[in-house]
Amino acid sequence: MDLRELYQEVILDHGKSPRNHRFPEPYNREGRGYNPLCGDKITLRLQLDGETITDVGFIGQGCAISQASCSTMTEAIKGKTVSEAEALFSTFHRMLTSEDSSEDDVEDLGKLAVFAGVREFPMRVKCATLGWHTLNQALRNESGEARTE
Amino acid sequence: MTACAPVMFDVRRVREDFPALHQDVHGKPLVYLDSAATSLKPQSVIDAVDEVYARDCANIHRGVHLLSQRATLRYEDAREKVRAFLNAEKKSEIVFTRGTTEGINLVSQSWGRSSLREGDEVLVTELEHHSNIVPWQILCQQTGAKLVVVPMTDRGEILREAFEHKLSDRTRLVAMAHVSNALGTLLPVSELIALAHERGALVLLDGAQAVSHVEVDVQALGCDFYAFSGHKLYGPTGIGVLYGKERLLDRMPPYQGGGDMIRSVTFEETIYNDLPYKFEAGTPNIAGAIGLGAAIDYLSSFDAALVHTHEEAVLRYATERLEAVPGLRFIGTAPGKRAVLSFLMDSAHPHDVGTIVDSEGVAIRTGHHCAQPVMEHFGLAATARASLGMYNTTDDIDVLVRALHKVQELFG
Repeated sequence: MDLRELYQEVILDHGKSPRNHRFPEPYNREGRGYNPLCGDKITLRLQLDGETITDVGFIGQGCAISQASCSTMTEAIKGKTVSEAEALFSTFHRMLTSEDSSEDDVEDLGKLAVFAGVREFPMRVKCATLGWHTLNQALRNESGEARTE
Repeated sequence: MTACAPVMFDVRRVREDFPALHQDVHGKPLVYLDSAATSLKPQSVIDAVDEVYARDCANIHRGVHLLSQRATLRYEDAREKVRAFLNAEKKSEIVFTRGTTEGINLVSQSWGRSSLREGDEVLVTELEHHSNIVPWQILCQQTGAKLVVVPMTDRGEILREAFEHKLSDRTRLVAMAHVSNALGTLLPVSELIALAHERGALVLLDGAQAVSHVEVDVQALGCDFYAFSGHKLYGPTGIGVLYGKERLLDRMPPYQGGGDMIRSVTFEETIYNDLPYKFEAGTPNIAGAIGLGAAIDYLSSFDAALVHTHEEAVLRYATERLEAVPGLRFIGTAPGKRAVLSFLMDSAHPHDVGTIVDSEGVAIRTGHHCAQPVMEHFGLAATARASLGMYNTTDDIDVLVRALHKVQELFG
């Protein structure tokens, strides 16, 4: 088992210095994520203009995987439409959990493909998807918390 | 005076008895430092459970056939072993449960619901496991009683003064850990029990974390209830024990209704069975109880003082070695603490620490350890926790320390 597969430089970098680690102003959607197993927390806010995510940011605390994943997610979804962001999550999720993940998926994911190594660490898949679950919740504008459990 | 060579505790021989130790994880020999979550099981326990299903597979306390007799005998033998292990006065004071959690819930629902009134107080401490908090919260909601919390110090201690300060004439029960699972703190229970009794309060000790690291004598302690789990005492999961003083258990209503807990049943009236069967409704975990008996036999084959001295030596060594790891900070530094090293590293989150040391074959626990109020006290969401069993060695600690250096390399 190669730890460098999991802790890629990009992940370590984003874990240490998360991008978009601030709340956007103005914002019209908010999601809160919590992983009760490890206590990781994320609050994500975004500005939705029509169908387009024009700004997004988050404040969170937790492990390198959860924070780096949320950080790279904010970079990836800024400027995307809701359905594009949702499609990206489903491709990302497939890469982490399914045997059917393809080369095309990796291409579609761009920088997010650095999380491919998480697949070898099933206990950490929830860390890598916490930000995305929080995004889902924000887009649905549900109250309460997105939970990984 | 004749010099008498002390019987040494031979940890290498002990390790031979635990088959789970002899495996590789991620291509590295397993270093198991998570005994506070569950301890590994010696072969004799595995064999005892196996034998129940392979040979003495029958229900107990019913049937006249030989298999049922054998199963009943072994189940009741196990109860006697538990009695001797805790030095309880009577076998009837030993109730088999699913684990510590069920034992605490039993007292909460049976004793608590029938005894507490609005305004009464249940005293717990800040370092409790969730299983010694939530059952009392439920009870307080049901009865209008109040949950009162004794604060701990920043070292993770419960001090006599703080305890005395929270005791009142309304305190009906004190429920506290014997040893903290998150921090390893050994509470000064004898002193605290005496104080509680002076005020007329009963005392329940959560012994889940203590039984494998402290000699327990319920009569000497004077506690009214003592709950523990088999699986942290080198026994099977799904079996535990509630000790209660006979005069208390006798007056308490049943916890669950069902078979085995009755003497006679009509639709008009049911007469309950004697202790401890009144509290053992339904077919119990027969193999689990027998396995727990085997675990106690295994432990009894050693001088308990030697086992504890060995564990203390490994803990001392671990404390010194871990202290020297750059950026490492202990959480919980109570003097005399047992078998637990909770820590943080400034470069990496506990979860990342856990994954990295796992890749080196080292199993530790990361998270809030089911003690969120403890985490809150220290302003944390989680810690990494290495915990010891009788089979751990200083070599195990060396592997952990090397793995922690790897965390530093990767994240530092």
